[in-house]
Amino acid sequence: MVNSYVPLSYYLLLSGFLFACGAVGFLIKRNIITIFMSIELMLNGVNLSFVAFAAHWHALAGQIFVFFVMVVAAAEAAVGLAIIISIYRTRETLDVDQVNLLKL
Amino acid sequence: MHLLLFLAFGAVCVGGSINLLVQKHPINSALSLIAVMAALAGEYLLLGAEFVAAVQVIVYAGAIMVLFVFVIMLLNAGVEEGTKGSRVAVLLGIPGMLTGVLLAVWVMVRHSGTESVPIGALPGHPKDIARLLFHDFLLPFEVTSVLILIAIMGAVVLASKPESTGRKVN
Repeated sequence: MVNSYVPLSYYLLLSGFLFACGAVGFLIKRNIITIFMSIELMLNGVNLSFVAFAAHWHALAGQIFVFFVMVVAAAEAAVGLAIIISIYRTRETLDVDQVNLLKL
Repeated sequence: MHLLLFLAFGAVCVGGSINLLVQKHPINSALSLIAVMAALAGEYLLLGAEFVAAVQVIVYAGAIMVLFVFVIMLLNAGVEEGTKGSRVAVLLGIPGMLTGVLLAVWVMVRHSGTESVPIGALPGHPKDIARLLFHDFLLPFEVTSVLILIAIMGAVVLASKPESTGRKVN
């Protein structure tokens, strides 16, 4: 249909970079909300490789898996942000270095 | 043309994710994450996945990130303090990172891809996706709907004030 191609490895490289950025952010960030956003970035990186492989192998099921990952990410964001709100309510801080006890 | 578009969207992705790491204020990180997600929707369009691209914009860049921005503004999150740092992280992290980068480069050089993704070759119409979703993957679909319901109830219970959960204090 269109005779210009993008190699699959480019997509995988970008996906790996996004996942690595998410992992680094998860490790070096100290704000709990930013840590949470890094997890979303990792999920996005995985989604990109799902779609790239779905296009490469002509398997539409890959896109369905992306759909499920998005649903689970939405549920995770709702519950996680609720937990963050309740942590902030009891501890008055968002710094994970100061949230080092399970119970006050 | 597609390669140019891929590089443009990819540059936005890379820049946004680096900006997410560099910024100190969570609201800046959230906005750069929105940019990354919008650019990823462009990449999905290049891969012929129109439905996933639309859902990416609506659900991820729309709903989830609005939730994040709401929480950041609700909690009035300020500039984060730097960590004290740890010696073990430096001692283990830098060699580990170098090893990972070298491994990735070796794999890329060894298996330098000649196969390409033909753009638009995949029948990614919403009709085909719906047939898969409501026929082959019906049970996972229903299970995720139950999961969403439980997550909504859990979020309401967790985020509500302790006084309003019905507990009486004496």
